[in-house]
Amino acid sequence: MKDTVKLISSVGNDGSKVRSDCQITLQIKDSGGLVVDLTSKVKSMYGDRMEALTREVLTFFGIPHAEVRIIDSGSLDFVLAARLEAAVKKIHPGEKREYLPEMLPDNEYSSQRDAFRFSRLYLPGNTPALMLNAGIHKPDGIILDLEDSVAPDKKEEARYLVRNALRQVNFYGAERMVRINPLPTGLDDLAAVIPHNVHMILVPKAEDPADLRLIDETIRKTLKEHDLEQEVFLMPIIETALGVERAYDLATAVPSVVAMAIGLEDLTADLGVARTAEGTETFYARTRLVNACKAAGIQPIDSVFSDVSDMEGLEANALRSRALGFEGMGCIHPRQIRVIRKAFSPTPEEIEKAARIMEAFREAREKGLGVVALGSKMIDPPVVKRAERIMRLAEETGSLPGKD
Amino acid sequence: MAKEITWTRNAAGRMVPSEINGEPVIPYQGVGKYAPTGHKHGPPIPSCRDYPPDGNKRVASLKEALVKAGLRDGMTISTHHHFRNGDYLANMIFDIAHELGVKDLRWFPSASFPCHEHLIPYLEDGTIHHIEGSMNGPLGRFASEGKMKGTGVLRSHGGRYQAVQDGEVHIDIAVIGAACADPFGNANGLYGPSATGLLGFALADSQYADRVIVVTDNMVPFPCVPWQIQGNYVDYTVEVDKLGDPEKIISGTTRITRSPDRLYLAELTARFCEVTGIIREGFSFQTGAGGTSLAVGEYFREIMKKKGIKARFARGGSNKYLVSMLEEGLVEYILDGQTFDLEGVRSMAENPNHVWTSPFTSYNYHGKGNFAGMVDVVILGATEVDVQFNANVVTHSDGYLLHGIGGWQNCLFSKTVILPIPLFRDRIPVVVDEVTTLCGPGELIDVIVTERGIAINPRRKDLIEKVKGSDLPVKSIEQLKEEAEKICGKPRKAAFTDKVIAAIKWVDGTVIDVVRQVKKDER
Repeated sequence: MKDTVKLISSVGNDGSKVRSDCQITLQIKDSGGLVVDLTSKVKSMYGDRMEALTREVLTFFGIPHAEVRIIDSGSLDFVLAARLEAAVKKIHPGEKREYLPEMLPDNEYSSQRDAFRFSRLYLPGNTPALMLNAGIHKPDGIILDLEDSVAPDKKEEARYLVRNALRQVNFYGAERMVRINPLPTGLDDLAAVIPHNVHMILVPKAEDPADLRLIDETIRKTLKEHDLEQEVFLMPIIETALGVERAYDLATAVPSVVAMAIGLEDLTADLGVARTAEGTETFYARTRLVNACKAAGIQPIDSVFSDVSDMEGLEANALRSRALGFEGMGCIHPRQIRVIRKAFSPTPEEIEKAARIMEAFREAREKGLGVVALGSKMIDPPVVKRAERIMRLAEETGSLPGKD
Repeated sequence: MAKEITWTRNAAGRMVPSEINGEPVIPYQGVGKYAPTGHKHGPPIPSCRDYPPDGNKRVASLKEALVKAGLRDGMTISTHHHFRNGDYLANMIFDIAHELGVKDLRWFPSASFPCHEHLIPYLEDGTIHHIEGSMNGPLGRFASEGKMKGTGVLRSHGGRYQAVQDGEVHIDIAVIGAACADPFGNANGLYGPSATGLLGFALADSQYADRVIVVTDNMVPFPCVPWQIQGNYVDYTVEVDKLGDPEKIISGTTRITRSPDRLYLAELTARFCEVTGIIREGFSFQTGAGGTSLAVGEYFREIMKKKGIKARFARGGSNKYLVSMLEEGLVEYILDGQTFDLEGVRSMAENPNHVWTSPFTSYNYHGKGNFAGMVDVVILGATEVDVQFNANVVTHSDGYLLHGIGGWQNCLFSKTVILPIPLFRDRIPVVVDEVTTLCGPGELIDVIVTERGIAINPRRKDLIEKVKGSDLPVKSIEQLKEEAEKICGKPRKAAFTDKVIAAIKWVDGTVIDVVRQVKKDER
């Protein structure tokens, strides 16, 4: 058949520290049927099932003859399927079909423009083990990252893994975010992930409002092609001096931008300064970003704190962020979530106000009134919603008065 | 050939044989059902006339001691796991036995570790007939593949004491490694390069074995105090260069897990104890030395500090975290079963409220009661738990025997037993239909804490009542099992041959289950 095409490919991860993943070597043959060679510590429990899935995926892609070597460390079906698909497409880059695992009904929830985004947990897009329990730690959002945490030669296989994770991993209500690569690679990322209930796209190294418009347009087009009607929000990440100068233009580039983040690691590199714990060197950039966001009516989000063992430093950092006007931070480790949420969770004053709004809302509803008023002030439905969320969060974070 | 082995279904519904290694055994009859009769086993009467009048029982080498003790084919040799994965002693004993051409020994360790992989050639060549004791890692794998000549017998720490006391296991020679000893045989684990804290696991052996050898790498002039092992039970003393690798005997410092998933489990467990009022003034607890258990202790500390609560005592293995709770006054006593780090050793040597215990005080079945039932809450692990709350600690779901029982079965008698376990590990479900091997009956297991929910044994109506209205994620055990299967898929059961490779004893000496040889995947 295709005598000039390379008919062997290798994808996935193996190694002593790799868990819940697999490495696949696929060799397409002219004859001999499908030969599956599986090495796995769960072989006695799931070997049959894994072999059947392997045959199903290869048959789906029209491959009748191949040798597949799988070195498995406990991969779930969606991981194995993603790895197999990546192996096939590495040999046949033109293959456009997708082998999609079932979308969990639990994953069909939606998000909202004004959702709280205190803590967003970064999950490396090619590391399944870190995805499985991410939602347990109750971050406000999870970010499946296709950018910096994925090696350049792993970009494509990560895309299938992230897509399958969006369908098969329950993140227990966290806002579902994907960080794409800079354009043009990012456009391929969008095509792969958008149809699978992504709530928000994080755009790294944002500098040009035109890019945001192109991304927004691509998302709309992709949704339309799949007959989907939903809003996908954008969170540009500003990581360059030029991005800082264009903060307001980026914040207002398209209405789907609902939050904007700052990435200090890249920014300090671009500025040619060292990053310090106090952050004096990026004070201008951060306040500039906060101001642009507030002017645009969107949420300013602070950078991640990279020392995962320093919880006190993290707390101090988060409190400073909040004081500057930021409304959330990124997390690179689940243990950071609680500290950040606590630092950004509502103050007693906010809670008291929210409680009064909720009380007024209940009263109005009991009286059958269509309009909610607090004193002489009319309260809009989004305000009630936000108050409700504040109360729920206060409950969740243990900030309600009378506790402890 | 002996008469044919018959099989009966024991009270836990498991099929067990009428004999193991040619000796008749009693099937498990239920918790607290088996009533032994008769008298305890007694060693031969020794007399002072046979021992050096000046009390100096030193011999030149371990080999000489073993020869003098009458080492010969078919004997039972006991050792102890105070040196954990740094132990040299057990390996030295069987090197000597092999050199002397002795065969068919029964090795009766209080536990084995991966360092004892060294003994596999001796299991192959018949120097060792079989092991009665935990078989960790490589030895378990060897046994699971049906390669051991005899059948392994796994007992709890308390069950080991019971087997020695009632004569089920007659120890011919006990070899006790001690960090510190005098020529008379008084010994302790407190001082010296191989310090381990205490020697509780060797206590029964010192009292009931025919011959007792104390081996030390820190011989001091008489008296060696405190004498955790009394020289009056000892036949020979030996000084060697090194008993073990200090780095592996005891960790310089134990570390709490940094895994966010395990920390989450630990925190949820502590919160459960807070909500249900288990953590209250004067309570008692036991947590193991595993990463998750250590973390549970730390979350206990936070809650106790916040609420101004003190615990009367903590039982179990000591470590720097527990020691700091003792020193801060959060815990009044540590009743130490084994010492896991140097801080534990230091504290035991200098703090009168850090007390050393033995399986006799804590766990033994042939005592007039023991401490296990006095502990308010115990936090344990498991490899599998089923929908009847039965638990397994010795085999994995693939059927391989990889762990010992330790004090686990004995601790089940605590007032509340909580198992914090992940719902699945690398696709292996931990909450299952039916455990591969039954080690602990569900009626003694009260709470399963997983990252995806907490299941309370329906027998514990009091706990179910107490969590009502709390924000704890309480689910049924069936719900948890289904959730595990939904994520991992329904696993195929491990396949076994008919060959029994190990018996699992209950705390009273009856057989609660057996482990069979793993059937190799032919594909």
